[in-house]
Amino acid sequence: MSLDSKVPKGPIADKWTNHKNNINLVNPANKRLIDVIVVGTGLAGGSAAATLAELGYNVKAFCFQDSPRRAHSIAAQGGINAAKNYQGDGDSNYRLFYDTVKGGDYRSREANVYRLAEVSANIIDQCVAQGVPFAREYGGLLDNRSFGGVLVSRTFYAAGQTGQQLLLGAYSAMNRQIGRGKIKMYNRHEMLDVVVVDGKARGIITRNLVTGEIERHSAHAVVLGSGGYGNVFFLSTNAMGSNVTAAWKAHKRGAYFANPCYTQIHPTCIPVSGDHQSKLTLMSESLRNDGRIWVPKNIEDVKAIREGRLKPTEIAEENRDYYLERRYPAFGNLVPRDVASRAAKERCDAGYGVNATGEAVYLDFASAITRYGKEQAHVKGLDENDAALVKKLGQEVIKTKYGNLFQMYEKIVDQNPYETPMMIYPAVHYTMGGLWVDYNLQTTVPGLYAIGEANFSDHGANRLGASALMQGLADGYFVLPYTIGDYLADDIRTGPISTESKEFEEAEKNVRERIEFFVNNEGKHSVDYFHKKLGKIMWNKVGMARNVKGLTEAISEIKALREEFWKEVKVPGTANEFNEELAKAGRVADFLELGELFAKDALHREESCGGHFREDFVEESGEQKGEAKRDDENFAYVAAWEYKGQPSEAQLHKEELEFNDIELKQRSYK
Amino acid sequence: MNLTLKIWRQKNANDKGKMVDYQVSDISPDMSFLEMLDVLNEQLINKGEEPVAFDHDCREGICGMCSLYINGEAHGPDRGVTTCQLHMRMFKDGDTIFIEPFRAKAFPVIKDLVVDRSAFDRIQHAGGFISVNTSGNTIDANAIPVNKHDADDAFSAATCIGCGACVASCKNSSAMLFVGAKVSQFALLPQGQVEATDRVMNMVKQMDEEGFGNCTNTGACEVECPKGISLENIARMNSEYLKASLKG
Ligand SMILES: Cc1cc2nc3c(=O)[nH]c(=O)nc-3n(C[C@H](O)[C@H](O)[C@H](O)COP(=O)(O)OP(=O)(O)OC[C@H]3O[C@@H](n4cnc5c(N)ncnc54)[C@H](O)[C@@H]3O)c2cc1C
Ligand code: SF4
Ligand code: FES
Repeated sequence: MSLDSKVPKGPIADKWTNHKNNINLVNPANKRLIDVIVVGTGLAGGSAAATLAELGYNVKAFCFQDSPRRAHSIAAQGGINAAKNYQGDGDSNYRLFYDTVKGGDYRSREANVYRLAEVSANIIDQCVAQGVPFAREYGGLLDNRSFGGVLVSRTFYAAGQTGQQLLLGAYSAMNRQIGRGKIKMYNRHEMLDVVVVDGKARGIITRNLVTGEIERHSAHAVVLGSGGYGNVFFLSTNAMGSNVTAAWKAHKRGAYFANPCYTQIHPTCIPVSGDHQSKLTLMSESLRNDGRIWVPKNIEDVKAIREGRLKPTEIAEENRDYYLERRYPAFGNLVPRDVASRAAKERCDAGYGVNATGEAVYLDFASAITRYGKEQAHVKGLDENDAALVKKLGQEVIKTKYGNLFQMYEKIVDQNPYETPMMIYPAVHYTMGGLWVDYNLQTTVPGLYAIGEANFSDHGANRLGASALMQGLADGYFVLPYTIGDYLADDIRTGPISTESKEFEEAEKNVRERIEFFVNNEGKHSVDYFHKKLGKIMWNKVGMARNVKGLTEAISEIKALREEFWKEVKVPGTANEFNEELAKAGRVADFLELGELFAKDALHREESCGGHFREDFVEESGEQKGEAKRDDENFAYVAAWEYKGQPSEAQLHKEELEFNDIELKQRSYK
Repeated sequence: MNLTLKIWRQKNANDKGKMVDYQVSDISPDMSFLEMLDVLNEQLINKGEEPVAFDHDCREGICGMCSLYINGEAHGPDRGVTTCQLHMRMFKDGDTIFIEPFRAKAFPVIKDLVVDRSAFDRIQHAGGFISVNTSGNTIDANAIPVNKHDADDAFSAATCIGCGACVASCKNSSAMLFVGAKVSQFALLPQGQVEATDRVMNMVKQMDEEGFGNCTNTGACEVECPKGISLENIARMNSEYLKASLKG
């Protein structure tokens, strides 16, 4: 099948408007005859479910947590971008579009990104109307901050809990529709397969996580907003339950999986402290507005710190290496994430890491505390030279901006970041890859849509900070509800979809067999045992720096691990009860397949771009020496993989990317 | 550290349930409380026993999923944290730790330490929203300035994670802090004013129907709330309720 991105014709700024004017609509009376399933209640799924219900469709929504409000979007910290230009610093739709395409290292589809920028401003209007309490200035207007990879302040925020506030906004919109009976909510339900009837997605199979019951649900279309797959690395900033199962089942039913190897390793996370660790905690990128990143200049100081003989606060300014400011003077501490992560790895690999494991750098707020403190002293007419006072006032400002993050840090690390610099290190955070979708957000299976982090659409090979929240809400509130109508317009006379067909039967049978296998298998090792092993392979060989040897080994190691898993996995308990090990087993089984495709994709992409860094493709000389080397001649395409029975046999389809509105250039943040 | 754990085990909603003793050893003070339970569960699985069921997801104090009653306190002995943020450095070698589910009539046990908090969702269905369509056809976000003080207070109220610790800590199993936080968030914002009367009446009615108890101003909820939601929110809800009742 050839890939048709269905990008509308015409100038980029008119495409979305023209498209909306030309697609089919379903009239309000007919919408009542149509059912839509939405899997996931994060920003993408939650906003889509609410909007579809409000338009009049009958929505069934699913999540595996005990309430839609607990979807992983709740954990997003720093902010959401929108081209409002409230700060009057020259922002515009074009600039947001340009920054996103450049930040993504020229591997995203121009038309989708432009649309995202175009609808972004409206997201903020919508959220404020819903009662989302964004941060405000004293005059009562909305405040903004800056995120990496851009030169304007366009990020809206609610302290360090922006995702929480936005998700509660979408949740409240859902609640209104649940109360009206337009959304039927299924909490603690896990989707375990997509059902395709006559070539169209017509339903899903779920397991009730409380009773173990296997259920069939039918609809005229199925929307997946099931989030990202970063947990293939075991350790990531994702929630424990985040998984690839919904997307992977869709893949096995015919949806192509795009760019699986594009993963974001976030530069500012709390470093790993030991083998017991179950997850990693992000320290929001917003901290790079005020925090400066450094390691000691002298290796003797590094040694002294590791041995506890020296404190970071005792190292003089001239003996510190603010390596981002040194290497990237134009963007400094606010370079994009992939660049900042690699730079941290470079320093730590060179031996300058500042904790016992050698894998940590400092994120220091001392100069910001002094700067804010002086400003406050000045405003209040107090003594700007009173160091203790300035520090106290400065710390108060920092507290209002990042209080919850500082508290999280202190609880985990047991050090006070107001007094001593934070220690941070890169960790897996976000997956740019995902189900391939066209301009309408439809996958290669008709009637099956993917939104939010589950699709691949807008961020190319690297996502800019504060853009995932924007994308999730854009997809759910403003894009999908229109584009899905074009498809559903053909279904107004179809009538309810029966769950008695052979396709439902077959899908349910597969699900049951797999569950029976797990609870009956007499294996030796827990699910986590395999998940941790997979994570180690992924991190060491498919992580921040990749090469042919490592990737080739990873592929065969994952395959071997998968075989061992199917022989030796041990799942206690029964199928007909609350059984978390059983749920985990299914998720890890899918990660073990995805992991291999991920490595295969990374091996095939013989270039470095964004989060995908190949050690064999770097600039050898000139100003950009050591930076990633992209190959636009051969790799300016989306790699969309078709399932063929085994990850190793997956077939590659290419969507060539055309750049008409932005000139393809080497990314420079110098 | 070596510890003795006394954990509530209950097969399902109909089972009577009982406390069971377990031993764990070599616990690092840097572990989180849930990572300590992971160690116990790995041990149980390897012995062929059923692991202890507990709710958790984000493990960073924001999703509100984790919900343990530890040594007689919701979310354990530390202040301003959820169970998943509690670290083992709060305990000593040789300690005995009691671990129970959040108990309340409105939160029936599903299994072991997992409870059903869907009553909270139903209270929100009754009125925890502003009736604005999500079409995007609304006024510019900066069209109505909001006093920073009110916006900050609305935000503080909105940081409630819906964990239910307030209910579990209250001798009457009252949900007033949770409901008060939501009512306050909207009451403090101009956008929330239009439906203020209906909202507070409907949410309180649903709260009562779910079987939560009355508030007798003991204040245990505020002490145990991991997000520092203050009693002022209950006072604000009471005054909103009074205003609404007077309007009829
Ligand atoms: C710690 C952290 C901080 C972040 N901070 C920011 C930020 O400041 N700004 C920003 O723009 N982005 C941020 N991000 C990224 C952003 O939060 C996510 O990309 C985004 O929220 C994903 O939303 P989503 O709706 O696609 O998926 P999610 O919110 O992950 O929701 C997935 C949903 O799918 C459901 N689900 C999954 N699988 C199944 C299944 N098989 N059956 C049933 N239901 C299923 C889940 O229950 C859940 O409801 C952050 C991410 C992390 C991890
Ligand atoms: S008010 Fe506090 S304790 Fe109660 S649900 Fe909200 S966050 Fe939890
Ligand atoms: S697991 Fe999310 S708050 Fe504890």
